Amino acid sequence: MTDTPIIMHEEQYQQLRHILHKLRLDSFSRVVFLVDKNGQQIAVQGDVGELDTTSLASLAAGNVAATGGMARLIGEREFPTLSHEGERESIHICIIGRVLLVVVFDDRSSLGLVKLRVKQASRDLSVLFEEIARVAAERKESDEAIFAEITDDDIDSLFG
Amino acid sequence: MTFINYASREINCKIVYYGPGLCGKTTNLQYIYDATAPTAKGKLISLATETDRTLFFDFMPLELGTVRGFKTRFHLYTVPGQVFYDASRKLILKGVDGVVFVADSQDERMDANIESLYNLEENLKSNGYDLLKIPYVLQLNKRDLPNVLPVEEIVSELRRKDEPVHEAVAATGSGVFDTLKSVAKQVLTELRKS
Repeated sequence: MTDTPIIMHEEQYQQLRHILHKLRLDSFSRVVFLVDKNGQQIAVQGDVGELDTTSLASLAAGNVAATGGMARLIGEREFPTLSHEGERESIHICIIGRVLLVVVFDDRSSLGLVKLRVKQASRDLSVLFEEIARVAAERKESDEAIFAEITDDDIDSLFG
Repeated sequence: MTFINYASREINCKIVYYGPGLCGKTTNLQYIYDATAPTAKGKLISLATETDRTLFFDFMPLELGTVRGFKTRFHLYTVPGQVFYDASRKLILKGVDGVVFVADSQDERMDANIESLYNLEENLKSNGYDLLKIPYVLQLNKRDLPNVLPVEEIVSELRRKDEPVHEAVAATGSGVFDTLKSVAKQVLTELRKS
């Protein structure tokens, strides 16, 4: 069965950013971002610098998809967390329903602390995404009206 | 699965290029990348073997512009075409909004085209999609080679519904952007309808 679209509104987006911001501070991590399982970046918080977050989001999703395939081959549903340790920077990924929480951290933090704070944040994110789904269902008609107004000329104009 | 962010006014869609090994999927993306202005694209990520065969996927984000105040971004993916990478192909199709099937027009690759198309239908089905219902375009690539089959013959074997068919020579870019525009239009039209 295909997933229903994720439709996010302003107030929910701000709540999401707040959760990620708090996680980043509490875990002493460099960057925290939320990615949907299809590789779309949803939100990012922290010192991004030159980091290509779009590519990182796609690769994180591919990483989870590949290891998820491996998990199913050995009889597991999925591996809910993945950690990659580098010389200077490390990445921790946590699956929360249909989204991935990706934390990039260095020696200012530790894997244990990151895991602890991610566990706490994942509870808040689960609640938020349940609300997002509920609000999306309630507002479906008014949201669809915006896209119903898109004309053929609007689409053609994208291609010059 | 289209991701709509009302807060940041963005529409994000996923397009997957599918087809048998060495048919030109990666070449399509490489041409699109090379021909697109820097402000409209992100990096081209290629997860490939040492011999440049796609191992997991190629990916590039493309920004097409704004429609009704929403920035429209397309994430383009290719799958590995070699037969034994089927598990990976299935994963990459997850969340797809539009598919381009790149057929190799050469006579000796017709069986591979048919097998790959069947594989596409099966993998879409396992992800909950129906090829007959999703935005879909057929590209006949390598039209410049001497041993290609006539267009009508390939179309009669491979066309599944009334999908647009585009002839192409991906190595030179011929037909590449026509194909992309064709599938992108279908995706946005589908968004409007649904």
